Amino acid sequence: MRRPITAYALAGLCALATAAGAETASGGLAPFKIVAADGTDAIPDPLTDKPGDPAAGAKVVVNRRQGNCLGCHQISSVKSEDFHGEVGPSLDGVAGRWDAAHLRMIVVNPKHVFTEATVMPAFYRVDGLSRVRPEFQGKPILTAQQVEDVVAYLTTLK
Amino acid sequence: MPSVPSPLAFAAVAILALAVSPHAQDTSSPRAQDTSERPAWQEHGIKPQSPDSPFGEVVSGLYFRSKETQAMQADDFNNPGFLAVEQGEDLWSKVDGAAGRSCASCHNEAATAMKGVAAAYPKWNGKLGKPVNLEQRINICRSGALKAEPWAFGSPELTAMTTYIRNQSRGMPVAVKVDGPMTPWFDRGKALYYQRNGQLDLACASCHEKNHGKYLRADFLSQGQSNGFPVYRLRDQRLVPLHERMEGCMQDVRATPYKPLFDEFLALETYVAWRGLGLPVETPAVRN
Repeated sequence: MRRPITAYALAGLCALATAAGAETASGGLAPFKIVAADGTDAIPDPLTDKPGDPAAGAKVVVNRRQGNCLGCHQISSVKSEDFHGEVGPSLDGVAGRWDAAHLRMIVVNPKHVFTEATVMPAFYRVDGLSRVRPEFQGKPILTAQQVEDVVAYLTTLK
Repeated sequence: MPSVPSPLAFAAVAILALAVSPHAQDTSSPRAQDTSERPAWQEHGIKPQSPDSPFGEVVSGLYFRSKETQAMQADDFNNPGFLAVEQGEDLWSKVDGAAGRSCASCHNEAATAMKGVAAAYPKWNGKLGKPVNLEQRINICRSGALKAEPWAFGSPELTAMTTYIRNQSRGMPVAVKVDGPMTPWFDRGKALYYQRNGQLDLACASCHEKNHGKYLRADFLSQGQSNGFPVYRLRDQRLVPLHERMEGCMQDVRATPYKPLFDEFLALETYVAWRGLGLPVETPAVRN
């Protein structure tokens, strides 16, 4: 069943209206469409026109001020990096467990795929958060392009 | 005080500490406690004292740290936190304020008068109609009996006196009371503990309840117990009071922290103490 949950971020519309083409990280979110697929939510369409770059995505994944994915996850292909975390599952083989549409949904907001109780942050969300420090207010953890780059990288982890 | 080492010994110890902790001055990089030193924290704790405890076993943060850190804490001559204990001891009998008194003027020997006192804090204060923590209690005495200026939160003096007084309860079980008028403060603290905050959308419980014992990048997550505070943090090379540590966690999840000694952290301190009921007071503990 295809649920028509069309989630257009309000901030995204504002950004389009006021500063088309501006870097989304400095303001609102790019609009995206959530659909139900294989029993859970997914985002089939990329957030950006520019295709994701796996090499750029790998950098975002290890950067502690960006994805900081290794804070919680282990990834064998970046074994040279120190201190892989154990809070989340290993991301080895994650591309075999989820397709790009679901990986995109998980990065954007994992609560749509896992449960409300997941400790994984939503990397592309600005609403429904509490006490966000002023310098981060209205900004997602990753830009739309960074999300696409990370998804492109994750799809290489077969 | 036979248990308190001389300042000279401390100088030597401080130099030694620098020599054995290569990352101590490099605050930009994470404290290295790599997975080869995986701590055996299980069965070092106590049985929960309340049936409502979320833990099967209540374990001090000590057992989530490396063997070296544990050894440093265990040896009073090596434990750099004793610098603050010694400073607090000096302040205890130092006359300060318009009343011409010191702490000792009313309380005499801290070793007897303060034994076990701090283990029960935060504690209900009937006069104020709210609980106070140890720092606040010290400042009530300063502005009241001593007619002296209260010490600022985070000042070396307030942290040293807090450390000194809590040290008089070392080894005694955390015994905070959360019934009666404390109930709403306990409830509020509990709500705050489970409240997700910041851009990273994490609650205290996200790490310290669900994931203690796991490796989070460069550190093993503890249960977030408060029995060792103020703690000597190796990365800061000084004593850190509990509310400052809570601020740090909130900063890390990119949230605006509550203010030290304000009601939110006071409620949280009360609730966190309850989560560690029965754990021995370790002040001054040594942590990463």
